[in-house]
Amino acid sequence: MSSTVMHSNHAVAHDDHEHHDTGGNTVFGFWLYLMTDCILFASVFATYAVLVNHTAGGPSGKDIFELPYVLGETALLLVSSCTYGFAMIAAHRGFKGPTLAWLAATFVLGAGFIGMELNEFHHLIAEGFGPDKSAFLSSFFTLVGMHGLHVTAGLVWMIVMMLQVCRRGLTDRNNTRLMCLSLFWHFLDIVWICVFTIVYLMGTI
Amino acid sequence: MFGKLTLEAVPFHEPIIMITLAVVAIAGLGIFGAITYYRKWGYLWTEWLTSVDHKKIGVMYILVALIMLLRGFADAIMMRGQLAIAEGASQGYLPPEHYDQIFTAHGVIMIIFMAMPFMVGLMNIAVPLQIGARDVAFPFLNSLSFWLFVAGAILVNVSLGVGEFARTGWVAYPPLAELGYSPGVGVDYYIWALQLSGLGTLLTGVNFLVTVFKMRAPGMSWMKIPVFTWACTFTNVLIVASFPILTATLGLLSLDRYLDMHFFTNELGGNAMMYINLFWAWGHPEVYILILPAFGIFSEVISTFSGKKLFGYTSMIWASGAITVLGFVVWLHHFFTMGSGANVNAFFGVATMVIAVPTGVKLFSWLFTMFRGRVQFTTPVLWTLGFMVTFTVGGMTGVLLAVPGADYVLHNSLFLIAHFHNTIIGGAVFGYLAGFTFWFPKAFGFKLDERLGKGAFWCWITGFFVAFMPLYVLGFMGMTRRLNHYDNPMWQPYLIVAFFGAGLILCGILFQLAQLVVSLRNRESLRDVTGDPWGGRTLEWSTSSPPPFYNFAVTPSVRALDAFQDMKERGEAYLRPDHYAPIHMPKNTSAGLIIGLLGAVFGFALVWHIWWLGAVSFIGMIATFIARSYNEDVDYYVQPDEVERIENLHHANFAAPRQALNTQPVAEQI
Repeated sequence: MSSTVMHSNHAVAHDDHEHHDTGGNTVFGFWLYLMTDCILFASVFATYAVLVNHTAGGPSGKDIFELPYVLGETALLLVSSCTYGFAMIAAHRGFKGPTLAWLAATFVLGAGFIGMELNEFHHLIAEGFGPDKSAFLSSFFTLVGMHGLHVTAGLVWMIVMMLQVCRRGLTDRNNTRLMCLSLFWHFLDIVWICVFTIVYLMGTI
Repeated sequence: MFGKLTLEAVPFHEPIIMITLAVVAIAGLGIFGAITYYRKWGYLWTEWLTSVDHKKIGVMYILVALIMLLRGFADAIMMRGQLAIAEGASQGYLPPEHYDQIFTAHGVIMIIFMAMPFMVGLMNIAVPLQIGARDVAFPFLNSLSFWLFVAGAILVNVSLGVGEFARTGWVAYPPLAELGYSPGVGVDYYIWALQLSGLGTLLTGVNFLVTVFKMRAPGMSWMKIPVFTWACTFTNVLIVASFPILTATLGLLSLDRYLDMHFFTNELGGNAMMYINLFWAWGHPEVYILILPAFGIFSEVISTFSGKKLFGYTSMIWASGAITVLGFVVWLHHFFTMGSGANVNAFFGVATMVIAVPTGVKLFSWLFTMFRGRVQFTTPVLWTLGFMVTFTVGGMTGVLLAVPGADYVLHNSLFLIAHFHNTIIGGAVFGYLAGFTFWFPKAFGFKLDERLGKGAFWCWITGFFVAFMPLYVLGFMGMTRRLNHYDNPMWQPYLIVAFFGAGLILCGILFQLAQLVVSLRNRESLRDVTGDPWGGRTLEWSTSSPPPFYNFAVTPSVRALDAFQDMKERGEAYLRPDHYAPIHMPKNTSAGLIIGLLGAVFGFALVWHIWWLGAVSFIGMIATFIARSYNEDVDYYVQPDEVERIENLHHANFAAPRQALNTQPVAEQI
């Protein structure tokens, strides 16, 4: 009978593990999801690489990219990754106010990035270089726009997180979610570095 | 207001469709009326529709899969009927534009809405139980996956009565699938049905990977994981690695169709071959997604019913791993005729042939498992043996097709059709039907009628050979796929034979429906009181049938591969603890159901260009998700006295038979 008792004690000890440490599972699951997102981007990057020279008589990257402008965009996004890092440091220390402030700063920078991107798209379309003009432009708008949509989703998520932190503080649940958003935000930064290099830098030279 | 949608979208002039719709409407009203009459809506809502219990979600997946099997099979037998008569002067009974929709719907339904949910359903029922977990890692996400899949299934079925389905074949190759050549809504239905259900599948993949990685019972190290769970894990790796490619590809196709872009068009630099590459970079792993869990089921079945541990467990796992990797480097064999050049074709041809090696390893492992075992010829074993013969034929014709030179002759001929039905029916479907019979008592608490099950098997397998062997011959005779009419009297006898084969398969399906009805009626005599009706070896058989909602009153401790067999041999299988601990469980939620149904509305709105409805339903989906994130009341504890009450009930029921099982020495040959 003693083995039975040990058996059950052992199991009880593991019970807590199994269902309470869902934060670790959530972050791992979210990371896996990000890897699938990475493959989504990889597919569109591959498409872009195939179609980059299919300009169909229209402009190529060299004709339409304004590198200094895009550098500004890039700077906004890279700095927003830093500010998000500061938000996470504040959250780990349990400082609610600074966490919210850094999240707000990240939001402003991210929104600035999206604003600049929309402005760039608007200009291109106004000049007659819309996504329906050539396969190259289709893939350019889709790749950059898909990243932009991801950033927009991140911004919506950030508003939700700020409201939740405001209301309930830095609970375990909120910290897990902030961690996931952190992964998401930095991931988008890395993707943007690839976009900047492969689309803009390689397209301009 | 209603976009492109007008009353003319309903095909009043097509008697076949209108009669089908009438039958569906009457059946639907009947079910609706019955549920209302018996006041079961509340039960349905709380116990099933909003459930996050993996076992119930699994059952719902399989239910939808079986319904879609009937729809897909109806398409199949209509095509066979058409081809049996449409020679020379006879045009048959199906006009070309309808026939084209039927073969497209048949392919899409059988792959995406029959095989996939059947597989995911079995995975839902068995995997958490096999690893000794109480649920999946993310129960709400599991419910959401299911309802997104249902949303896709709804769209496919709505297309029957409102508008049309794609006429492109299930692969929807551009430029045919582009707006210029497919101006109707068929391709849009295709796109959104696949996008919604694909998203559901992707989330399932993530969910089950985390479940298997993080939630195994203590002691279950990697090489003690049951072989079916391993197979599903490889499948989930393939899902998370390949479904994003499908999402991207269909996304690009929709941009072409909706925003006039030029990814795959003939004009302005588009490249249709890129679609075909991307499609098969998902599509080929997809066939391994379907077949690997079936391999896992055969392994469980053959070892259980041979009363022996699986021969070559380790090489079985490595073989699955090898297939997972190789499955990603063979996609080009679907279009050798694209003309990539001899070297590229040779690489993909050889890579394809290499897959026969790990598959052969598996086949020999199953054979050696039976060797000197005491094989019981139950229905699941019959499916397994039938698979071994059928799949070997299909595998060998696959190797034949992998020779690029031969493929140039056989590409898109009925030889190819025969080949992939040979592997998908003889491999995946036989596997799922074996798993269905094998785990049915676990899910419902009673076994299925054996005689009718065997009848179904014999009809299916003879029907399969009668229906598809002629297609191999027809392929050699030059008949191509997707013909609705032909002018060659030499082909007709073979097509008539194939039609009779389809009729035999219909008998198999009818046997299975009868089996369900008869087993339900005789459920008391078929009742499985022990929870272990087959002398099972893995943890799912250690709990009652059906398992309590918390699966295991006490998390099992694993000391060996075939953990439950090991417990039985040690005499520890049915020991009860002196007390129970509270069990942490997730609460039901309607959020998955709401998001899924809004997803169906969203897809429908986009198909018909009803932009306001699309926006409203999309915002509704996001808002529901956010609202759910605000809800902190998502879990609860089952108290020890409640657990004890449930456990006492079970143990009182079958104390005697269990004691007998425990003391019985189990034959372990070799």
